[in-house]
Amino acid sequence: MAIKLHVNGAVREVDAPDDMPLLWVLRDLLQLSGTKYGCGMAQCGACTVHLDGQPVRACVTPVATVGARKVTTIEGLSPDGSHPVQQAWAEVDVVQCGYCQSGQIMTAVALLAKRPDPTDADIDAALSGNICRCGTYVRVREAVHVAARLQRGGK
Amino acid sequence: MRSAAMIALALVACGNARSPAAPVPAAPDRAAGVAAFATVRAVLQHPRCQNCHPAGDAPLQGDDSHAHAMNVQRGPEGRGRPGEECTTCHGPANPPSNYGLHVPPGAIEGWRMPPPEQPLTFVGVAPRALCEQIKDPARNGGRDLAALRAHLDTPLVTWGWAPGFGRAPVSTPYPAFIAAWETWAAAGAPCPE
Repeated sequence: MAIKLHVNGAVREVDAPDDMPLLWVLRDLLQLSGTKYGCGMAQCGACTVHLDGQPVRACVTPVATVGARKVTTIEGLSPDGSHPVQQAWAEVDVVQCGYCQSGQIMTAVALLAKRPDPTDADIDAALSGNICRCGTYVRVREAVHVAARLQRGGK
Repeated sequence: MRSAAMIALALVACGNARSPAAPVPAAPDRAAGVAAFATVRAVLQHPRCQNCHPAGDAPLQGDDSHAHAMNVQRGPEGRGRPGEECTTCHGPANPPSNYGLHVPPGAIEGWRMPPPEQPLTFVGVAPRALCEQIKDPARNGGRDLAALRAHLDTPLVTWGWAPGFGRAPVSTPYPAFIAAWETWAAAGAPCPE
């Protein structure tokens, strides 16, 4: 079935069954492989993308339910890694293996949209559903604070 | 009260001798209302309902009503906390059965809990306290009995009888629940002793 999607600022048409997870559409049909498959049941957060700015787990989102909502993936944050959260991640050198990090970043972006100056508790709460096997949580928390500063125009 | 109802019925019956008006049914008495509330209570304290009406701010999950994974919390409006809202994982409908077990259910209304200022706790509440709480507009979101009845038709409530693949529905059939509710309400929403 032909389905029209708004992905990272462009209209894309895919031929997919209604119940295909958005994650498969992004990775296998649109070659946007920055969003990762972790658990397949919304338990780990690796597949987090935004629908109209709200974080969702793409692995449990049937593509037919997306409708006209705008999909943003890690590739859509910036063309060159210049989004403040991406800059902060690089500055703090958060990543170890990296598998969970696109999900961590997408959740951090969603948090900062609502809490521009989050506390440690805000960050821990928002990112509780994003699991990191390497245990980068302390650096993730630090990077969210750095991103908040960058978003406010700080150096 | 029962004798008054019988007199009212008799008067209506007399009136029927001269006009075709339908008889007015007698209101259920208090005992019938209290008995009906037992059915209502069993539904409210079924895991499909009480898991989003916990004691405390952590929602519950599963038929054993264990604490929700990932430290999920009620949040400032009952919709989770910024960055980890209920709708991050709970979509607008139950995922298809071919997604397998353990995937989060969904509802078109948007998954949520009662707000923190009126948490409407169902878990561990004794029948009388539960009864008094749910009909108290100061604690139930400002609803009178008519508004409460309308709430029972909303997607988050009816979801309890269609909870998705691998999840047990509320054990009392929905029509039986509604009939019990209406009997209780018609009796003046009496609470058990």
